Amino acid sequence: MSEYNFAYLDEQTKRMIRRAILKALAIPGYQVPFASREMPMPYGWGTGGVQLTAACLTPDDRLKVIDQGADDTTNAVSIRKFFQRTAGVTVTTATTDATLIQTRHRIPETPLTQGQILVYQVPIPEPLRFLEPRETETRKMHELEEYGLMHVKLYEDIARHGQIATSYAYPVKVEGRYVMDPSPIPKFDNPKLSDSPAIQLFGAGREQRIYALPPHTHVVSLDFDDHPFRATKADHACDLCGADASYLDEVVTDDAGGRMFVCSDTDFCTARVAAGHKGRLAAEAA
Amino acid sequence: MTAPILSVQHLERRYGARIGCTDVSFDLWPGEVLGIVGESGSGKSTLLSCLAGHQRPDAGTVTYDGRDVLAMAETERRRLARTEWAYVHQHARDGLRMGVSAGANVGERLMAVGQRHYGDIRAAAVDWLDRVEIAEDRVDDRPSAFSGGMQQRLQIARNLVTGPRLVFMDEPTGGLDVSVQARLLDLLRGLVRDMGLSVVIVTHDLAVVRLLADRLMVMKSGRVVEQGLTDQVLDDPQHAYTQLLVSSVLQV
Ligand SMILES: Nc1ncnc2c1ncn2[C@@H]1O[C@H](COP(=O)(O)OP(=O)(O)O)[C@@H](O)[C@H]1O
Ligand SMILES: [Mg+2]
Repeated sequence: MSEYNFAYLDEQTKRMIRRAILKALAIPGYQVPFASREMPMPYGWGTGGVQLTAACLTPDDRLKVIDQGADDTTNAVSIRKFFQRTAGVTVTTATTDATLIQTRHRIPETPLTQGQILVYQVPIPEPLRFLEPRETETRKMHELEEYGLMHVKLYEDIARHGQIATSYAYPVKVEGRYVMDPSPIPKFDNPKLSDSPAIQLFGAGREQRIYALPPHTHVVSLDFDDHPFRATKADHACDLCGADASYLDEVVTDDAGGRMFVCSDTDFCTARVAAGHKGRLAAEAA
Repeated sequence: MTAPILSVQHLERRYGARIGCTDVSFDLWPGEVLGIVGESGSGKSTLLSCLAGHQRPDAGTVTYDGRDVLAMAETERRRLARTEWAYVHQHARDGLRMGVSAGANVGERLMAVGQRHYGDIRAAAVDWLDRVEIAEDRVDDRPSAFSGGMQQRLQIARNLVTGPRLVFMDEPTGGLDVSVQARLLDLLRGLVRDMGLSVVIVTHDLAVVRLLADRLMVMKSGRVVEQGLTDQVLDDPQHAYTQLLVSSVLQV
């Protein structure tokens, strides 16, 4: 639409954000401050991710937006519409088709490829925040690589639950240097962070931080020797497509306690069903 | 011949025009406990925080184990602070993480120096809780559920778990009931002896230094007015101010 600049943000703002992105890519896992702009949507809606997407989009891009793995939630739909309206880009739900994917809470099951950009919406970028509220101190801890506190959190988990109960936003170490919050993705997705051929960008709007993983960055999930990291998921196969290695949502199907497990990645599941794969409840659901 | 573990020369810290402490010089020998006494506002805490690197002095030198502390990179000083040094705050809350369990409080320094075996860390925490007379079944409780005396003992365990050589203490018994103080002092005396710790302890309580300190330094208005062996200073004070202190004429 003509009253907007391409992808809503003015060129100067996009340049500022791109400079922050380049810096973030140069120092993997390091949180780069940026002057976050007001976007025409509330902070909880991923304004950090939206600004990254706006700064990266070109007219030739094909955009996919997912929320918890699904393309059709209110949040995903409105962000997708926003860029259709302000950038006129092609949109898609197919992971393999997309050149830029903005996501909240998931990494697609289909392996990403070289040339793709994955943009994460981040609520709280600072992994040390929960135990150390002082920003000056957390910055110092990153600078001096004082990361003992991260293990204090994992220790508490085990002491209280008998195992590391952290299942989302599971902290990682990037290239043996910076400890990073991968945003609230399930820890099942953590292994996909490492050595990905795609560019991964993380944006926190309210907290005004951008960080990044350039292609093929080594990312390790923190753990203890006697409590090693495990990328867990529900111990089921998808009831629709039969996939046994995808992240599942549990869905209540009736009032009588009926439930089913389905892929949280709707594009992945739909494509498998279309290819003829069948899960336990495939016939009923069809 | 051994060398001092801590050597301080002409240390000065000002707050604008006001003197925090000035011209403080002393040597601390390995295994020695140095008490610093003086009334409130005499510069004890200022001196201690300069020694521990929490504040930067305006003049003077601090040498630890032959190394110039003030010239050290911050990384190195902070590494020392969580390995070879310990700092016990007057208020336990300042030295504890109130939001995590007692076990995590004790284990933090171990994790900070790279220990990555949960079972070992927990065993060390339980062992240290026992050494400061906190029951094993409190290991998963938060410090906020502890009494003042227990919190202070927990802070001590948390500090000593990595086997430091040099311990700074700022009024460790201040604010505790008299009977609780006595028990804590007993415990401290045992730990200092068993671990061969070198200690700088600040207090306004002469009973504390009588029990713990080998040597005494008396401060007034930011300056050292007298120092010597504890018994000597307390039994035969030379400086008029020390005489007042000892005769309890001063309400310190
Ligand atoms: N942060 C500060 N800013 C200004 N003056 C201070 C500060 N801390 C201490 N002082 C002053 O320095 C002097 C020494 O204080 P302090 O070291 O706290 O003494 P003590 O621990 O013996 O009670 C006092 O005059 C005190 O008012
Ligand atoms: Mg004081």
